[in-house]
Amino acid sequence: MSARTRELLILILVGLITATGFASVYIARQNEISPASLSYAGFFFVLYLIAHVVARFTVPDADSYLLPMAALLTAIGLTEIYRLGPNDALRQGLWVVIGVAAFAGTLIALRHDFRRLESYKYLFGLSALGLLFLPALPKIGHSVNGARLWVRIGSLQFQPGELGKIAMIVFLAAYLHSKQEVLAQGRPKDFGPLLAIWGCAMLVLVATHDLGSALLFFGIFLAILYLATARLLYVGVGLVLFLAGSAGVYETTAHVRDRVTIWLHPWTTQAIPCPGHSILMPRQECASYQLVKSLYSIAAGGFSGTGLGKGTFTLPGGGNLIPDLNTDFIFSALAQELGLVGIAAILLVFMLFTVHGFRIALVAGDGFSKLVCAGLTFGFALQTFIIIGGIVRLIPLTGITLPFISYGGSSVVANFILLAVLMLVSQRANEPA
Amino acid sequence: MNARVRFLALSSLVMLVALIVASTYWQAWAAPDLANKNDNAIRQISEFTIDRGRILAADGTVLARNRVVHTNNRTYYYRRYPLGALTAAAVGYATQNRSRTGLEHSASDYLTGADQSLAGALKQIGDRLLGSTIHGSDIRLSLNLAAQRVAMNALGANCGAAVAIEPSTGRVLELASKPSYNPNDVESHYGRISNIRAACKSASPLVDRATQGLYPPGSSFKIVTAAAALDSGKFTPESIFHDPGYCTEYGQPVKNFADLGRPEVFGTITLFQAFEHSVNSVFCNVGKALEIHPLMDYARRFGFGVKPPIDLPSNSLQASGLYLHGRLLGANEDWRGDPGRVAFGQDKLLVTPLQMAMVAATVANGGVLMRPHLVDKVIRRDGTVDKITPQEIGRAIKPETAAELTQMMEAVVSGGTGTAAQIAGVRVAGKTGTAENGLGRPNTTWFVAFAPADAPRVAVAVVLENQSGTGGTTAAPIAREIMQAILASTANSNS
Repeated sequence: MSARTRELLILILVGLITATGFASVYIARQNEISPASLSYAGFFFVLYLIAHVVARFTVPDADSYLLPMAALLTAIGLTEIYRLGPNDALRQGLWVVIGVAAFAGTLIALRHDFRRLESYKYLFGLSALGLLFLPALPKIGHSVNGARLWVRIGSLQFQPGELGKIAMIVFLAAYLHSKQEVLAQGRPKDFGPLLAIWGCAMLVLVATHDLGSALLFFGIFLAILYLATARLLYVGVGLVLFLAGSAGVYETTAHVRDRVTIWLHPWTTQAIPCPGHSILMPRQECASYQLVKSLYSIAAGGFSGTGLGKGTFTLPGGGNLIPDLNTDFIFSALAQELGLVGIAAILLVFMLFTVHGFRIALVAGDGFSKLVCAGLTFGFALQTFIIIGGIVRLIPLTGITLPFISYGGSSVVANFILLAVLMLVSQRANEPA
Repeated sequence: MNARVRFLALSSLVMLVALIVASTYWQAWAAPDLANKNDNAIRQISEFTIDRGRILAADGTVLARNRVVHTNNRTYYYRRYPLGALTAAAVGYATQNRSRTGLEHSASDYLTGADQSLAGALKQIGDRLLGSTIHGSDIRLSLNLAAQRVAMNALGANCGAAVAIEPSTGRVLELASKPSYNPNDVESHYGRISNIRAACKSASPLVDRATQGLYPPGSSFKIVTAAAALDSGKFTPESIFHDPGYCTEYGQPVKNFADLGRPEVFGTITLFQAFEHSVNSVFCNVGKALEIHPLMDYARRFGFGVKPPIDLPSNSLQASGLYLHGRLLGANEDWRGDPGRVAFGQDKLLVTPLQMAMVAATVANGGVLMRPHLVDKVIRRDGTVDKITPQEIGRAIKPETAAELTQMMEAVVSGGTGTAAQIAGVRVAGKTGTAENGLGRPNTTWFVAFAPADAPRVAVAVVLENQSGTGGTTAAPIAREIMQAILASTANSNS
């Protein structure tokens, strides 16, 4: 069986799962939504069929599991977003269309040799900075929940930082690959451009309060640096700098101190002063409201979950229990409705995707491809860890999207481009000579 | 480079596995704990789709019922409390936006039908899957509404509490706390509750003073001291003391409390008389002779040192005992207490009205402490009734000690400090308490009693904050009214 035929068979399986998901949401909430919405599953399947056909022509020998896994994750996300708010699902569906278009576009544009990206490394570095800096601009920049991450043009709004992440990984991989030998000698001047671009990125992220992305960029930077130079010393120095920097930021920024306090002590028995209000309240009803309500949601799922469409996310009056449920906190919605069984399955899909990404990096023929693939895959895993780890209180909570699942256009588009790059590298490695 | 890629892959997988482990922790390990958090709206909302059982008084009067509301194609059952503030201290409230308190919290398993047998539980799972409404069970309380009304009226505008217990069973007959609040206001008129003012510094209407109000017991604690003195065999009611009007503690004289119209110096006096007239110097010497640890051990036999095992939420209960800077001292820290002062209920000693009612009930019950409880019966929708059986906590003192104490307490009411508690034709046993809160501050006054002394049917404890009088003049009349109400209604039901 050829790689693409296997991909098609798995996609059909994913289509069936998606149809089941939408059907169960429909059955649970049929007095609120129309049966026409069941067409989502069909629409979805056709969309991925198109992606499959493009892949068949451009990357016939590429890994056959990545596309179906991405499809499954977006389908799970779309089903849950649809269950939480059918109107948001329509917009998200549109973004998936754009994402698949970006996927196809990337495959077609780079089908001959994606490695020419390497020669545009500074362009990528600067555009990564530009994208990160966009939300800080007046007029089009826009802040949500105290973090200025959004760009709004007309009715369209997106987080350019997601695309910036991909550009930054390409830059880091290209730069470190071309300077691999000299960097290993450790001469400071060779690090100049690297530290300049990366340092600017970190500054922008910290200034815009985007701590999740700052952590993500930092992790990716250290990972690629380690891959390229084989010097664990750099990673060690980086970690020490990170800890020192964190301590500094902790001391100087109230925002960060609050995050850490919320992480360590989400519940208080006594009423304490509530930041931003003049009244005394227990912390779980004020600063850590979102985290605690989300933990209640996860716990309410238990082993097997309430079932799709049967979870409790709103008050009888209509108010939402958990803010940002369909973006940063979609994990807690899924955890309540699918339970531990469902969540473990989703995380296994994330693991499988990660394994396949790294496997492509292993078999890739050249250093640049290895660095790009490993960097992108590590970024994918680290981003998943940062957001879910924050929700389940492994680490302090920082707002960042869950790859492929969260509501949000730029995240979906960026992850489809990531997928396309992985498949391009895979194609080159698997191609019969 | 491949070795490094493998290392990175391994690190990534470790991170993702950590997420599965953490999710397992929250969804399997911590889930029951989180479900019981009182700000967990998910659990509460799903419980609002349950047709919650009613809460009934002993005579069947409805104290809590449902108001059915249909919104967004779902049926919700909101709570109404027809009697308002009257039984708020025991019943509590169940709302969506705020936490739940009282029996609405602690008896929720009965009210939502979650306590049932396996077959019942399976049926409930079936109902949940099919989306049909789950029906909870009614609970009938031991509360005697007539006595509850009398107690709430008698407390009047004071800040204070009154608890009455049936000594032989531990059934709580009346649980009153003032100022009170209307539980119907909690959901949407919370401002009305925060505006409640009262004759004490912090009105705190939501605090159930009967179960979580901590007060110095004053002389009412002499019941425990006398119990220890007699039960340990170190003293008899006829033990002779010389009262110079004070007792020397660490070189400092501890003066007698000047009861109105009584001499301050009694001279040669028996333990019996010292109890009758509440002579502090005698009890100070008794305490010193007993030593602090054995004295507190006796207190623990009456239930001190732990939260009383009553069927109310644990967070609305307080343990009685020695407190230092707001912290309850364990048995290993008894030495921090001053035996002479603790013996007459001062120093670091703080108690709840419920605990003092338990002390009186234990003496009344021949020395055996019963578990106090409010829920009498669980009435299921299929008509079956589960009666809650009284439980014995243990024997605190010998029956002979209890009999001697009863005589001493009777003397308090017949001719001592508690004459205001006399009921015509009924032998009443009691003990007054007037605790000082420091120079120039008003007193906390107590009356702890049971009746009839020969065949007790009710034990009661009354506490009042900010009093200028004594326990004998302020609290004793209230205790009398409550006991009368209970004796009258039990006499009716017996005939």
